[in-house]
Amino acid sequence: MGKWTRRAFITTGVLSGGALVVGVAIRPGNRAGKVKDLIAGEGDTVLNIWLKVNADNTITVIVPHAEMGQGVHTTLPMMLADEMDADWKNIKMLEAPGNKEYANYAIGKGFLMGPKDIPSMLIGTVDGFFLTATKQISLQMTGGSSSVRFTGMFAMRVAGAAARAVLLEAASEEWEVAAEELVVKKSTISHLASDRTALFSDFVVKAASLSQPAKPRLKTSEEFTIMGTSPPRFDIPSKVDGTANFGIDVVLPNMKYAAIKASPVFGAKAKPLEASVIKDMPGVHKIVNLEGAIAVIADGYWLAKKAIKTLPIEFDKSDHDTVGLNDIYDKYLRDMDTAIAEGNEKKDVKKGSIKDIFKEATNLLEAEYRVPYLAHATMEPMNCTALVKEDGCEIWVGSQNPLGFANSVAEVLDMDQENVVVHNQYLGGGFGRRVVPDVAIQAALIAKEVDYPVKLIWSREEDIQQDHYREANVSRFKAALDPKGMITAWNNQFVFKHDPEEAPHILYGVDNQFIHYTNSETHIPWGYWRSVDSSMHAFFTESFMDELAFKAHIDPYQFRREHLTNAPRFLKVLDLAAEKANWGEVLPANWGRGISLHQSFGTIVAQVAEIEIVEDRLKVHRVVCVADPGFAFHPDGFNAQMESGIVFGLTAALYGEISIENGAVKQSNFHDYQMLRMEESPKIETYIVTSDNWPGGAGEPSTPGIAPALANAIFNASGIRIRELPVKNHELKADSRILG
Amino acid sequence: MKLNINKTIHEVEVDPATPLLWVIREQFGLTGTKFGCGIGQCGACTVQLDGLPIRSCLTPVQVAADKEITTIEGISDQDSGLHALQKAWIEEQVPQCGYCQSGQIMSAHALLTENTSPTDEDIDMAMSGNICRCGTYSRIKKGIKRAAEELAAASTINIENNGEVD
Repeated sequence: MGKWTRRAFITTGVLSGGALVVGVAIRPGNRAGKVKDLIAGEGDTVLNIWLKVNADNTITVIVPHAEMGQGVHTTLPMMLADEMDADWKNIKMLEAPGNKEYANYAIGKGFLMGPKDIPSMLIGTVDGFFLTATKQISLQMTGGSSSVRFTGMFAMRVAGAAARAVLLEAASEEWEVAAEELVVKKSTISHLASDRTALFSDFVVKAASLSQPAKPRLKTSEEFTIMGTSPPRFDIPSKVDGTANFGIDVVLPNMKYAAIKASPVFGAKAKPLEASVIKDMPGVHKIVNLEGAIAVIADGYWLAKKAIKTLPIEFDKSDHDTVGLNDIYDKYLRDMDTAIAEGNEKKDVKKGSIKDIFKEATNLLEAEYRVPYLAHATMEPMNCTALVKEDGCEIWVGSQNPLGFANSVAEVLDMDQENVVVHNQYLGGGFGRRVVPDVAIQAALIAKEVDYPVKLIWSREEDIQQDHYREANVSRFKAALDPKGMITAWNNQFVFKHDPEEAPHILYGVDNQFIHYTNSETHIPWGYWRSVDSSMHAFFTESFMDELAFKAHIDPYQFRREHLTNAPRFLKVLDLAAEKANWGEVLPANWGRGISLHQSFGTIVAQVAEIEIVEDRLKVHRVVCVADPGFAFHPDGFNAQMESGIVFGLTAALYGEISIENGAVKQSNFHDYQMLRMEESPKIETYIVTSDNWPGGAGEPSTPGIAPALANAIFNASGIRIRELPVKNHELKADSRILG
Repeated sequence: MKLNINKTIHEVEVDPATPLLWVIREQFGLTGTKFGCGIGQCGACTVQLDGLPIRSCLTPVQVAADKEITTIEGISDQDSGLHALQKAWIEEQVPQCGYCQSGQIMSAHALLTENTSPTDEDIDMAMSGNICRCGTYSRIKKGIKRAAEELAAASTINIENNGEVD
């Protein structure tokens, strides 16, 4: 490998057929030549090419992220097209292949360094250390609400602006006029004084010969013409007529189907079956014994599934065969107590001295909250199609992490990663589940045993019972209030810490804080679940804030306001939510209102839930959601994500419960892992606050705040404090005496 | 066994107990109809038998033998292109991941065939068997209402046109 330079290059090259390629390249060397050579070769082994100006003046934008309904295949091209002043009608989108050259350095940079460390919005200072780190962790990930925030801001906009700059310079030289006299609009360049107008494609050859600007100027938000509008999403037409291809829809010549049964107790081994057990099953071809699972290959999926049901599949005993959810909670509590007793808590936030305050304080409040495990339950069950040959493997799958999948498959097949090709398809829901390559590994190991492609499909039961779960957790609080009702000390202990970093942190001005956690290992696999740690910490902290408000005899909205010292962005969001939700107006009997405020993935969200308790039944009528993402690049898509995140979080808050019995997941399908349906779905009103801060995410930030808004509304209507989710496990009864 | 799928008669050799879903998808390559749960809980596999919405994951193919099977691939009109529901789905930008939407549209289609101007409650009732994990319910509801209006307007025009012909 050559020596890394300390610069990222804007590269250009002309392809045969007259297309100009512009990219933000992160490899040193002969720029134009490099790009040309790489493209001329087999496959798409080009590094970080972001756009192509085709001979017919259309523009192809290459997007290194998966589409799972979040609209990224539309929003990222918008960011590029706007900077380029391209004609939106002539933009085409192409998803980048799962290839290591597309390792997404932008997302890695965003995650590893954060936007604060970037000197300007311009790329151009990516250093070798960073690139190496990114490649090692194999990032071509779609997750963390990051596509727009990082890839969009660092790569798409820069590439668009660079392409515009180089085309402008080409026109200026060709027409022998000053660049300042030229007007760029809708993929054309005009010189008004001489009444000349030409297409971008007319300047392709000239543009490729020019040296590139290292730092093209990006637009200010006032100059945007496409960003901030809501053009129809590219992926939608194929999703209304059945033509969209999801992983499960892949059809290959001679393909057969596989069903699988993995050990219900995580980590236990499967007892191998003899090849002959299927001899009386017509259409069933092969048993594949994997370490923790048995798979069957058949002519059709139903045949394979039927065989799996019939076969005498057994699993070895394991150390976890008797573990139940209560054992896990007990272990958490023991480990939490031990950590405190031994003084080895893992510190998250430490400010001032809570000990001194607690010693003196007279108004104290303690509470303990719990949340259960949660499965993702994407609508499309896990599946992957694989074809394994001696010299390589191809897989067809919907993945949030195609490069990671290629790496994992290469490892289990003992192949070079270059020989594993991932054909990424539409994702029938991701929510973090499709980051984990487990199904691809299984598919590859099964397909290795035969010389035809195999499509492995998990049953819904496998999907619910073999997930990587949002963990169950316990969060304990103790806080002190002064005579004016202000929080003077905040102590919070919980188990585990993943992402986002700020999930358990409070937005409020409290001088003395100790936020700490303890690890408490279990045998249950963990995974990213929409909004990750925020999915529980918003419930913990914002419910406890409500408890403190009640204790202080202060309205919960006002209580939050009073604690938002020097936080104008948060105040604005909170105030607008209260205003839009008619906070303070009297509700009918048995109704309640609850408020929450949380920041995650760079976006601040306030929510007000309005509920009614009829007999012992809960009806969620309305949710007001106010979000400040800095800037919403596709406002309709942003609103759709807010709505989606709220339904997702509400489903979990009301019903979501994966419990553990005898070491295994008890639930198995939608009858006992219930989903919110249309008739239970509230009216959701979304308002966007623009603040010109660094853009925040869209896919996740509305999920965390609905559970506390709901729980606080239930308290408002009934006086019943929900300290453990899901709500379905609580008996509810309206009681208007509580707050009146 | 003879199957009438989207107004075309097909001959197929298959175990009569096989769920219709897998026959549609694997034998005929009509992959617009999706597998979601296998127990009739989610509605992703919804197709119509003689105009009535059914869960094809639970319906043995033999049950469908003498009936008219309609899938998502069969509801657009050859002359005017997409069905009003499909157009409304695009107008309202309904789908997110899109996986459940074929089933949603097939349930909505059956509703509008029965009831040309459904209320919110009618829609809730007809759509309660279809889960959307992306939470697009409010947009689905808007889409159904928009399609109902468009179909009503179109039928008014047809009546007027017919009047002129007379």
